[in-house]
Amino acid sequence: MEAGTLVEWLVKPGSHVKRGDIIAVVDTQKGLIDIEVFDDGVIHELLIDENQKLPVGTVMALIESGKETPVAKEERLTEKKIITEIPHGIKASPLAKRMAAEKGIDLSGVRGTGEGGAITKEDVERAVAETTSPKEEKKPSPAENVRMAVAAAMSKSNREIPHYYLETRVDMSKALTWLTEANKQRSIKQRLLPVVLLLKAVAKALTEVPELNGYWETGLQKKSDINIGLVVSLRGGGVMIPAIHNVDKKSIGDLMESLNDIIPRARAMKLRSSELSESTCTVTNLGEGNVETVYGVIYPPQVALVGFGSITEQPWAESGMLDVRPVVNITLSADHRATDGATGSRFLIALKNYLQKPDEL
Amino acid sequence: MTEEEIKQIIFQQLKKIAPDTEPEKLKPDDDIRHTLEIDSFDALQFVVSLDEHFHIEIPEEDYGKITTLQKLVTYMIGKMK
Repeated sequence: MEAGTLVEWLVKPGSHVKRGDIIAVVDTQKGLIDIEVFDDGVIHELLIDENQKLPVGTVMALIESGKETPVAKEERLTEKKIITEIPHGIKASPLAKRMAAEKGIDLSGVRGTGEGGAITKEDVERAVAETTSPKEEKKPSPAENVRMAVAAAMSKSNREIPHYYLETRVDMSKALTWLTEANKQRSIKQRLLPVVLLLKAVAKALTEVPELNGYWETGLQKKSDINIGLVVSLRGGGVMIPAIHNVDKKSIGDLMESLNDIIPRARAMKLRSSELSESTCTVTNLGEGNVETVYGVIYPPQVALVGFGSITEQPWAESGMLDVRPVVNITLSADHRATDGATGSRFLIALKNYLQKPDEL
Repeated sequence: MTEEEIKQIIFQQLKKIAPDTEPEKLKPDDDIRHTLEIDSFDALQFVVSLDEHFHIEIPEEDYGKITTLQKLVTYMIGKMK
């Protein structure tokens, strides 16, 4: 994702906001994203107009905190700052400079038509119009946008991440029996799906093997929160990977409620900014189409992806006896820069053990 | 409620879950989930919506009895009696 278009401000200058509030809606390659604030305070100034295109990193608003010394805080699309200061050596009229600063236009990219090549008010107006004009480019469909976003992320992953893969089979008899009994006690709206057990078991296993929960950014950066990105297929093609926050700390019931909330929003491409950017490990569950095994591509900058195939009846040998059991094939795709096979193996063993003790999840 | 009315409600609910499909073109013996590419999450939402419309709570052990349109309609009629 490189840019978005501000669709709507949901606050005005003077509005009181608190951490987690949605203040704006931005249209991006990944659909409409709700922009959240990460501080409490009062909206001091909105710096972007509705329908204005903004590159990732643009400062969108100034927020004053409620502390003794008011400090203007900036809400932005991500972490980088847009260039609003005038670089040295560029000739522009004072009015043009002020307009450029207000509209977030980088004057180094504007051709001046004034005396001696100076940038005039009209030049800035033209640059603003080019930024916001709907005729500027053919707007890709949401499906095309998602396809391009997936293509970019997966190409980067295959280009930069040396994957290694491990695989194991897990007997799901105990987990499914537990699930059937649990669902008998629940209303139809509260019924659980097997995926909640898989997600919770992954989260618990990550607490034991934290090297697989984090990012590769000039070295392994382990993350303390376990936010699992769940791959959600879109009916028109493409995937969204919303983050389910703090999976290790959620009960199985709470986790199902989170899925009931987040999956429809992911399919409608209506997610919050934090849900699109804070996953620390990804789970893909291709258990719907009788696919037995999935070898996933890691979502950068993460360092691991756990893949679940469908749960199928398979011959199962144990203690010298042959039986038929519901079995799932689990794969781990991991970044060999960050971890080695022994670490991945510890993770799969932990995951397997948790799935044998569903009542402890 | 007639069989046709039940079918129409089923089609409406399937259309909500899978808007790009044409549930009314389902053949009586087509597997609903497979034909309309409905995953387990959407299948559960569909069962919930049937409960809301017909006030019939389908237990998990009966999921195998509602895999096709014909089976589902027969099941609903049976439960309404």
